[in-house]
Amino acid sequence: MARDVPAGDLRLVDLTKRFGAFTAVDDLNLTIGQGSFFALLGASGCGKTTTLRIVAGLEEPTSGQVLLGGRDIARLRPHKRPVNTVFQSYALFPHLDVFENVAFGLRRRGIRPVDGQVRQALSLMQLDGYERRRPAQLSGGEQQRVALARALINQPQVLLLDEPLSALDLKLRRRMQIELKRIQNEVGITFLHVTHDQEEAMTMADTVAVMNAGRIEQFGAPTEIYEFPATAFVANFLGQSNLIAGVVSGDNGGDILVTAHGARFAVPSARARADRGAVYLGVRPEKLHLADSVDQVPTDSQYLDGTITDASYAGVSTQYLLRAGGGTELSAFVANSGTQRRYGPGDRAVAYWNPRHAFLLGRRADENDRITPVLTEPVATA
Amino acid sequence: MSAFAHLPSVSGQPPPVARPGRHRLLPYLLLLPGAAWLFLFFALPLVQLATASLYDPNDTLSTGYTMTWAFGNYPAALQAYWPQFGRSFLYAGSALVLALLMGYPLAYAIACKAGRWKNLLLVCVVAPMFTSFLVRTLAWKTILSDNGWVVGLLRDVHLLGPDGRLLATPVAVVLGLTYNFLPFLVLPLYANLERLDHRLLEASRDLYANAWQTFRRVTLPLSMPGLIAGTLLFFIPATGDYINAELLGTPNEYMIGNVIDSAFLVRLDYPQGAALSLLLMAATLAVVFGCLRRAGAEELL
Ligand SMILES: Nc1ncnc2c1ncn2[C@@H]1O[C@H](COP(=O)(O)OP(=O)(O)O)[C@@H](O)[C@H]1O
Ligand SMILES: [Mg+2]
Repeated sequence: MARDVPAGDLRLVDLTKRFGAFTAVDDLNLTIGQGSFFALLGASGCGKTTTLRIVAGLEEPTSGQVLLGGRDIARLRPHKRPVNTVFQSYALFPHLDVFENVAFGLRRRGIRPVDGQVRQALSLMQLDGYERRRPAQLSGGEQQRVALARALINQPQVLLLDEPLSALDLKLRRRMQIELKRIQNEVGITFLHVTHDQEEAMTMADTVAVMNAGRIEQFGAPTEIYEFPATAFVANFLGQSNLIAGVVSGDNGGDILVTAHGARFAVPSARARADRGAVYLGVRPEKLHLADSVDQVPTDSQYLDGTITDASYAGVSTQYLLRAGGGTELSAFVANSGTQRRYGPGDRAVAYWNPRHAFLLGRRADENDRITPVLTEPVATA
Repeated sequence: MSAFAHLPSVSGQPPPVARPGRHRLLPYLLLLPGAAWLFLFFALPLVQLATASLYDPNDTLSTGYTMTWAFGNYPAALQAYWPQFGRSFLYAGSALVLALLMGYPLAYAIACKAGRWKNLLLVCVVAPMFTSFLVRTLAWKTILSDNGWVVGLLRDVHLLGPDGRLLATPVAVVLGLTYNFLPFLVLPLYANLERLDHRLLEASRDLYANAWQTFRRVTLPLSMPGLIAGTLLFFIPATGDYINAELLGTPNEYMIGNVIDSAFLVRLDYPQGAALSLLLMAATLAVVFGCLRRAGAEELL
């Protein structure tokens, strides 16, 4: 409280929402800075939409506060809130044309004339000439832009976007991601963007919050979360990670020492989320390098050696699976830069990494290694 | 089969495409029963009616009718019975207003708020239809009778004078019409509101519309098709009705239906009855199309 909050920050304080016995949002705390592009990332069903609906006023929280610039708006009715939503289904009014859809909010607030503003909003979305079309006569991407224009024209303090791009095909989605980012820059409104697509969250947002089962697991800048995840869930939901089960065996000043599969590893203590007991030693697959033999491993690196069990060629890179002693299977992405030798299943190889790229996470004693399987989509495992 | 149609046939025989004749005739065959029904029971009687309306007005059933193209039947009928015409539309219109005031909230409540009571409420709306129209109207005669509790209550609160009555007044007829045709208004409206997308209402509330504005700008326009269907199903039979005026009113409340009824069955003046029937039909159609055009125009706005 002592920290002085900029006027327009959106803060969710101890927010809880229960449906009967089921807790959809569980004691959520978040601060979303004014003017930031904030992504709420989580698997389907983790409570993202519910959180958004609470902010919009379409759902009343069981307990907790929604503070907008210090004012609690949690019990205000939706039409009294300076907040607008781009719905997952767009929810465009089918009986109104594009112009009237976009003008809807202005008209309800008795603002007139609306003409200039509507045309400006439409042209910001590159929808000039679409004024008299009905939503049914628009493509998915055009509907999406109308929904965006309809919300943005009201210049809300916070714009809520509920997976606005999920109905679009991949190519259009990538284009709209860039568009959205440009628009956010231009208008400077706080964007709270909900998505289950980790790549979308990372490329678009200034700050990403990873949500799991109604709770925030971690939030911060995309690089921060990716490079130094706080939990095993985050490590595997945001990209992939090799999580090797180990036990802390001590520390030597700056490093924590870990024993795993009979070998000893060191991790800088600045990269440790836990410094005693059972831990996961985590390394991202792209931070793992392969070599033919141990003497090719740089001196400052640590390694595990084993046998290649799988090689999947994906153009830019190849994903190798390496079975190390003790049965650990490690995943490694090797860029196809042309300088690296190719391995095939059965080849012996050494996987090595720089300790500065590893991280330590707490682990329950009964949990084993967690290596992301070869999948194009991240899987949410709680 | 059609995928190979463009290939030259190897054997020189025509390719085995389906016989086109049957395919083209099939839709018409399917239409046949309906078309025959329409022809027998709608088109023919209509022609018959139109013919009868042009018979010599001085003929009677006993002398036999002669076709004299007596277009004068129409103005004559209108001149004699314009008050009943006016009354028909006035009563049906008043009943429609009452029915809309009751029926829209009812249909909305059943469709959107009733939850698990929905089916029960729908049965309640339809249940009166299981008894005869006549019996129901006679029941209203009892309800509105001079010594019934409704009139008693209204007299007690001085809404009616000490010898005021409901039965045999226009009020009774309008109430009867409202009651008898209400389900025809409620059911199509319910079917429409049932399909209302609630996400649109949320979007509206999100866009600064309060409850009333959301109703006026989203719910109401989206329910227009159901509202129009219900209005027509209510208004058309209500305009032509004669049972309510006969049982709940006096000759002073008679509507055009009563006149047509008596022209055909009591006075045996077929030309006049036919002319009045066609006039009623034309007037109803005019009102309906007027309504539809206005509603259509409003939706475009
Ligand atoms: N009105 C509701 N009644 C009961 N359960 C609900 C309701 N709305 C959402 N839920 C439940 O809350 C959980 C979170 O839903 P939601 O916020 O829509 O998830 P997300 O948007 O992250 O996919 C889901 O398990 C869902 O079934
Ligand atoms: Mg959702």
